[in-house]
Amino acid sequence: MLTKRIIPCLDIKDGRTVKGVNFENIRDAGDPIELGALYAEQGADELVFLDITATNERRKTLSELVTRIAKHVNIPFTVGGGISSVEDVNVLLQSGADKISVNTSAFKRPELVDELAREFGSQCVVLAIDTRFEDGDWYVYLNGGRVKTDIKAYDWAKEAVQRGAGELLLTSMNNDGTKQGFALDITGKLSQHLNVPVIASGGAGTMDHFVDVFENAQADAALAASIFHYKEIEIPALKTYLYQRGLNIRF
Amino acid sequence: MKTVIIKYNAGNIRSVMFALDRIGVEGIVTDDPETIKSADKVIFPGVGEASTAMKYLQERKLDKLITDLKQPVLGICLGMQLMCKHSEENNTPCLGIFDVEVKRFTSPVDNLLKIPQIGWNNITGLYSTMFEHVPENSYMYFVHSYYAALSSETVATANYVINYSAGLQKDNFYAVQFHPEKSAVAGQKILENFLKL
Repeated sequence: MLTKRIIPCLDIKDGRTVKGVNFENIRDAGDPIELGALYAEQGADELVFLDITATNERRKTLSELVTRIAKHVNIPFTVGGGISSVEDVNVLLQSGADKISVNTSAFKRPELVDELAREFGSQCVVLAIDTRFEDGDWYVYLNGGRVKTDIKAYDWAKEAVQRGAGELLLTSMNNDGTKQGFALDITGKLSQHLNVPVIASGGAGTMDHFVDVFENAQADAALAASIFHYKEIEIPALKTYLYQRGLNIRF
Repeated sequence: MKTVIIKYNAGNIRSVMFALDRIGVEGIVTDDPETIKSADKVIFPGVGEASTAMKYLQERKLDKLITDLKQPVLGICLGMQLMCKHSEENNTPCLGIFDVEVKRFTSPVDNLLKIPQIGWNNITGLYSTMFEHVPENSYMYFVHSYYAALSSETVATANYVINYSAGLQKDNFYAVQFHPEKSAVAGQKILENFLKL
């Protein structure tokens, strides 16, 4: 049986992890490779690296970093942040990334999704959506959540899947950072009506939140950052807990 | 020992090379017929679409070359599917090393099946030297929309709505549907076993 996936997310700037991370068992918590390898060893099923570098050097720095990750990490990983063309993706995949994620650039030019799926296959195209619930529905936000649109998250997700997105990474801005649990309704809606895997993101605070999003929203994977980085929840303990609750989990 | 990774137009070649690096083996990425023929081990990887990949191989006469190899050959993912007889993906005749049909996953009427299958699935019925010291029910990383049906050449089985071949073997030809190069320690063991053949 296919398992539910646990995915730590690492924010990267200028080749270094951004959020303060406190691990005594690695030498350099700012090194994405060391941290990624540690998570892989602990049983993470995949990794997501989100690049927030805003300099001209970013493309080169990122491709070098991706090569180093690919050399050292023995599980699949996705790279996202600022990707806006077939050529960007080509460089990252050639450097060793397994998948890439697109967000604002795909919303602004939806044909990008078609182009990427045609060129590289749907399996490596992850569509990331930042969404906020207001006025009775979930709307797409762009530019890291700073810009509101009047398009509903479900509608955009559906279109992107038709265009060839192979996976959806859905972040609820209402839930992100609250540690009050994932957004079950919109995650469940996407997961039940669209035939690609849905990665839930935003709101994880307890192990039961993961149980909820897998059981009650049928998420295929759950992503979190700070609770793993700050060791509020450790991956081996989380996977054991989920397994004991009857979920399919890889050990 | 010379380990060759066949270079063609179907992705993920670097991931395989890096995985070999991690176990201390240098892989040579090439499409040169003589280099491939003289290798001790040949890895035939792949992520992509069947008909374009077959066309590429045929244009370079790599199809016949692969079929005639006598040393151990390991097909991975699309590589494995291309080693089968025929693929439903754009109705493509393949290499025919394995007498197996490659079909597309289909949703049962009462259940929305997510295609491609993406993620970790367990493998059972392990019956090949490439699975030595790999426990039954080990989890491997799969990414695929098409699958090889079960056959007498099946040496590992996985289930995604139906049971299908996660591994095939016939004589010197070995193949896996999953990505050992991305399947953590268990996947690495399979690569090590293959390289020790």
